[in-house]
Amino acid sequence: MSILKIADKEFHSRLFTGTGKFSSSQQMEKSLLASESELITVALKRVDPENEQDDILKHLAHPHIHLLPNTSGVRTAKEAVFAAQLSREALGTNWVKLEIHPDPKYLLPDPIETLKAAEELVKLGFVVMPYIHADPVLCKRLEDVGAQCVMPLGAPIGSNKGLKTIEFLDIIIAQSNVPVIVDAGIGSPSHAAHAMEIGADAVLVNTAIAVSQNPVAMAEAFKWAVKAGRMAYEAKLAPVKAHAEASSPLTQFLS
Amino acid sequence: MHSFKNIFDTHSWADTLNSIRNKTEADVQRALQNPKRDLEDFKALISPAAQPFLEEMAQASKAQTQKRFGNTIQMYAPMYLSNECQNICTYCGFSLTNKIPRKTLTDAEISQEVSFLKSKGYNHILLVTGEANKTVGVEYIKNAIRLIQSEIANITIEVQPLEKEEYEQLIGEGLYAVLVYQETYHREEYKKHHPKGKKSNFDYRLDTPDRLGKAGVHKIGLGALFGLEDWRADSFFTALHLRYLQKTYWKTKYSISFPRLRPHSGGLEPKVAMTDSDLAQLICAFRLLDEDVELSLSTRESETFRDHIIHFGITSISAESKTNPGGYTVEKESLEQFEISDNRSTEEISKMLSSKGFEVVWKDWHHFNPAN
Repeated sequence: MSILKIADKEFHSRLFTGTGKFSSSQQMEKSLLASESELITVALKRVDPENEQDDILKHLAHPHIHLLPNTSGVRTAKEAVFAAQLSREALGTNWVKLEIHPDPKYLLPDPIETLKAAEELVKLGFVVMPYIHADPVLCKRLEDVGAQCVMPLGAPIGSNKGLKTIEFLDIIIAQSNVPVIVDAGIGSPSHAAHAMEIGADAVLVNTAIAVSQNPVAMAEAFKWAVKAGRMAYEAKLAPVKAHAEASSPLTQFLS
Repeated sequence: MHSFKNIFDTHSWADTLNSIRNKTEADVQRALQNPKRDLEDFKALISPAAQPFLEEMAQASKAQTQKRFGNTIQMYAPMYLSNECQNICTYCGFSLTNKIPRKTLTDAEISQEVSFLKSKGYNHILLVTGEANKTVGVEYIKNAIRLIQSEIANITIEVQPLEKEEYEQLIGEGLYAVLVYQETYHREEYKKHHPKGKKSNFDYRLDTPDRLGKAGVHKIGLGALFGLEDWRADSFFTALHLRYLQKTYWKTKYSISFPRLRPHSGGLEPKVAMTDSDLAQLICAFRLLDEDVELSLSTRESETFRDHIIHFGITSISAESKTNPGGYTVEKESLEQFEISDNRSTEEISKMLSSKGFEVVWKDWHHFNPAN
C-alpha cells in the first residue's frame, strides 16, 4: 500500500480520526490507538494548552500521533484565521483543519468564508486542510490558493449516512492534484472502504467510532476497512460487465 | 510554478513504447470495461493488442460522443496569414530553406479573405502563420484579430509559441483558442526535424500550453505530427500532456488533432507509417479516455476516410481549406504548407453531414468583451 504524503508529512494509515463524543478520555485513547490513526483532529475550543494535565492532549501524547487542530466554532474567515494563529502558538503546529460552519444545526461549511480563510492561512504559512461541501469547483479553487488537501463531506457531519455525495466525490477525485479526504458522514466501515475504493486518499471518521457500542472494536474495524479499500483501489477493481448491443458496423470501410 | 516538463522528464520514450507493445488482450478488455479509464487503459487501447477490438471501440466511442456532443459537427476554416518563416522544419513547405517567394497578407487582404469565408458560412476561423517575428510578430497577430473579431465569432490561432503576457493581450482582443502541436515528444528526433530557428527549442514549445493555461485561454489544442516518430508513443505523451493540463488549468477546454504527414514542396517521407486503421483506433482511444475533449480532423485526410470517421468521435472538421496565404481569393497560387486531400466544397461537406444525420454547427461561441 502506498504512503500518503500531505505537505511535509508521510502517513502509513489513511484513516484520520477525531476526539469528540467519546464517553471518556481513556476510552478515546484506547480507540484511537486501536485505529492506528496518525492524524487526529482536535477542536481548539475544547483544549486548554496552558494546562499540562489537559484531559484531551494528555491522552494524545503518542509519538505516532500528529495533532490536527480544527477551527470548529468559528463562523467567519476572520475568526478562523485568528483561531488558527492561536492554535499554532498553543499547540506548536502549523497544520489546521479549517472548519467554518455558521449554522449550528447541520454544521454545514460556508464555502465563501472557507475559500477566503484558506487563501489567507496559506499566505501565513499554514498547512490548510479545508472541510467543505463536495463541490468540485470549490475544490479546484482551494487547490489554486494553495490548500494542501481538500476534505469534502460524504453526508452531513455526524449523520452516518455514508457517501451521499458520491457523484461529486468522483469528479473531485478525478480532477484533484491534492489529496482528497472524505470527511463527515461516514457511518460504517463499508462506507469507509467504499470511499477508498473510489480513490479517496484518506477518510476522517469520528462519530461512527466514538458513538458505537464498542468504540475500540469499531476503531479497529475502520482500520481494516480503510486498508482493504485502499488495497482494492491500488489493485484496480474488476470491471462491472456491460452488455454489448448489436449495431451496424462502423469499421468495415477499413478492410 | 506548474510545468509539464517536470512530469514529462519522469517518462522514458523506450519504456513507454515497451509498455504499450506489451499490453495484452486482457488489458484491452479491462480498459474497454473500465468506466473511469486511465492512461494505462489508453495505452492498452492504442496497442497492437487492441486491433481486433476496433469495431467494439468504434461503437463505444460513437455512443460516448453522442452522449456528450449529440449529433453535431462543428465547421471551421483555416486562414493562412503568412508563409514567412525563420525556422527549418524538415516536413513543412514553409521551411526557411525552401527558396520560394513569401507572402504576408495586408489588412485589406485579410478582410477580403474573411469576407469570402464568412460568405461560405464560417464563423470559426483558424489563423495560421509561420514564425517570422519581425514581420508576423505579436503586433501583426493582434492587428489581424482586431480586424476580424467583429465578424468572426470564434478565433483560433496556430502561430509561433508566445509568452504568457502576449497571450493575455491576444485573449483581451478576442482570441478564443490556441493550437500548439509538439510535433513529436521524442526529444532527439525533434531536434533532427527542427535543426534551426526558435522552434528548435523543444522545452520552450513543451511548456507553451502551460503558459496558455496561465494566461487563461478558453481552449488549447494539442497534437503530434504523425509520421515523425512512433505514433503510439507520441499519442501517449499527448494524452499525458492532456491529462496534466486538464488537472492544472481546469477552466480551459482542450482539443486534439491528428495530423498525418502530407506531401508538400520539398517533401519528407514518413519515418513511421500510420495506416487508416491506426488512426481510427487512435481517435477511438482518445474518445474513450476522455468524454469531453474535442477531436478535430482536417482536410489532410481523404474523402472516404472523413465520411466514415465522423461517426467515431470527431467533433469538428474543416472543408475546402487552403493552406497558403491568400489562398481563397487574394493569391491562389502562393506557396502552400501542404497539399490537402479532401477537396470537396463547403456546401458538399455540409450536405454530406446533414445526409448522415449531423447538425452542422457554424457558430458556438460569442466573445463577450465588456470593453467593447
